[in-house]
Amino acid sequence: MTPVNEENKVYFIDSDELPPAALERKHALETDPSSRTNHMEYLPGMEVIDSDVKDIVLKAVSEYDYSSYTARDVELALSKDTCSVEDFKALLSPAAAPYLEQMARKAERITAEHFGNTVYIFTPIYIANYCQNYCVYCGFNCYNNIRRKRLSFEEIEHEMQVIAKTGMEEILMLTGESRKYSDVEYIGEAVKIAKKYFRNIGIEIYPVNTDEYRYLHECGVDYVTVFQETYNTDKYETLHLMGHKRVWPYRFDAQERALRAGMRGAGFSALLGLDDFRRDALATALHVYHLNRRYPHAELSLSCPRLRPIINNEKINPRDVGEKELCQVLCAYRIFLPFAGITVSSRESKEFRNGIAKICATKVSAGVSTGIGDHEEKYTGSQEDDAGDEQFEINDSRSFRNMYDDMERGGLQPVLNDYIYV
Amino acid sequence: MDDKLILGGHEFTSRFILGSGKYNINLIKAAVEQGGAQIITLALRRANTQQSESILDHIPEGVTLLPNTSGARNADEAVRIARLSRAMGCEDFVKIEIMHDAKYLLPDNYETVKATKILADEGFVVLPYMYPDLNIARDLQSAGAAAVMPLAAPIGSNKGLATRDFIQILIDEIDLPIIVDAGIGKPSQACEAMEMGAAAVMANTAIATAGDVPAMAGAFRQAIEAGRTAYITGMGRVLARGGSASDPLTGFLR
Repeated sequence: MTPVNEENKVYFIDSDELPPAALERKHALETDPSSRTNHMEYLPGMEVIDSDVKDIVLKAVSEYDYSSYTARDVELALSKDTCSVEDFKALLSPAAAPYLEQMARKAERITAEHFGNTVYIFTPIYIANYCQNYCVYCGFNCYNNIRRKRLSFEEIEHEMQVIAKTGMEEILMLTGESRKYSDVEYIGEAVKIAKKYFRNIGIEIYPVNTDEYRYLHECGVDYVTVFQETYNTDKYETLHLMGHKRVWPYRFDAQERALRAGMRGAGFSALLGLDDFRRDALATALHVYHLNRRYPHAELSLSCPRLRPIINNEKINPRDVGEKELCQVLCAYRIFLPFAGITVSSRESKEFRNGIAKICATKVSAGVSTGIGDHEEKYTGSQEDDAGDEQFEINDSRSFRNMYDDMERGGLQPVLNDYIYV
Repeated sequence: MDDKLILGGHEFTSRFILGSGKYNINLIKAAVEQGGAQIITLALRRANTQQSESILDHIPEGVTLLPNTSGARNADEAVRIARLSRAMGCEDFVKIEIMHDAKYLLPDNYETVKATKILADEGFVVLPYMYPDLNIARDLQSAGAAAVMPLAAPIGSNKGLATRDFIQILIDEIDLPIIVDAGIGKPSQACEAMEMGAAAVMANTAIATAGDVPAMAGAFRQAIEAGRTAYITGMGRVLARGGSASDPLTGFLR
């Protein structure tokens, strides 16, 4: 295991509220690799599935030398009807930067072929922010001094009503990653409530076993999103210092377990800015590519979150992933995976989201809060004193109605639902 | 000329079936009018909405709605979606789309035959979307399909009649209307399909991705009508190569 390097120090924030023993433990995790568990080893209770996708993806990424690609490789890739893995690698490389406009044009055409001019609108709802992990860049991490909350079922119902009243029909339900405070049954019951108000339900929770995904599917969930954060296992180890999330391979196989459990679709992403974004983008796309080959019926989608500031740490930023780099990654995703959904969240600005929706994004969030139980406050201005704090600071705070109108003004067709639970 | 498209006992004078999923719903009315379409398809999963602007509000009076089972991964799901469509007040028309492939959206012929049988027995007018395979087309006919809808090319690809020869075999051998669906990218290709003897053409992406949606719908109408007229009239012969031989090979026969 690698010691924590200088680069990671930006993430470390000590709270005055932490008891000395906890602080000591935190510092040990941050500075002493031997105080941390083996991140490649499954914990008891974690299901191991028979799958070769991990090894294939890791091998491809380890062999990726993006500096070896030339303008000619990029031109060749852009001239083809079908984008191979090699072509995709060229499109992700620095050599493709001068071709951004051409990539965008090609991506726009491919998106129109597959999705027409539709753009889906959804909203996330965080129902709990308790977390048992220490992921150094995340506002929910267990050492971050924030107001914690887990919504009661009555509160969930109320939040759902507030959101549903806007007209929203698709919801993504999220929790902090705590099996203790937000167990699978709690999430299942919350999903059953959501089913009364929404037509399409996705979850973004801690990875679970196949039988648990099956249970959640029966409760009404059909889409499961799990962000791998970074596919560089060594880097991952230095960022996810404690908790079940530390186990990299169990997280990697989450989507495959979900699909085996009967879920209709799965979402994927690296958190761009944590590590080398070109490698992480390659790994994310190959993760999708190989699961598509094994589960051809599955509806797979990509997200592209960049690092954002969190409560108590304003310094966190997406480092070398500027908007141009992000756009390059997204266009490359579209050209390589024409069929995949692409979601662009409120981490990005209004201008970026308006623009990217015309090129390759197929889904945007609106009316977003990453806090717990504060939708009424956000939507109506009323005060909710006991709301839980946010996971990260959002950038685009447009309401559902404003987003709908802006998308329509951009020549796009906002779609609220394209799904039937059968 | 009394030339009607008959599907499950229902008569249509237009042979252009318009898709609705990929462009702004406020263009639907104009597209239907300029395209002269009497049938418009609608994914039931798209209709499953409270959205204030529903596609249903934009479909002109007198146009037959053809709900499809898009999203179904097997026969069982297609049957459930079709029954939902009936429960939602759609008529008995249903286009079966069963895809077990999210990448190319190629239809699953085997599951499609199963769903066709069940739904035809329940009284639906079943229009199955299929990969052009003669044996499957015969099975669909036995199962009670009202027409067969072979794909011309992968959906959304605008690549035209990539399966031309196999569609021709269906036209020649199957006693049901053959409606060419998916992949038709431009009016000339729609015209060619009609010249071959297709009963109708369905298009969505070609129109949705055009600069002017209603105008392109109008261009398709003209192409489809021209192709149909050419087919009915009986086209002049086409020589494979060379001119007409002046000395017949059989001239020595007495």
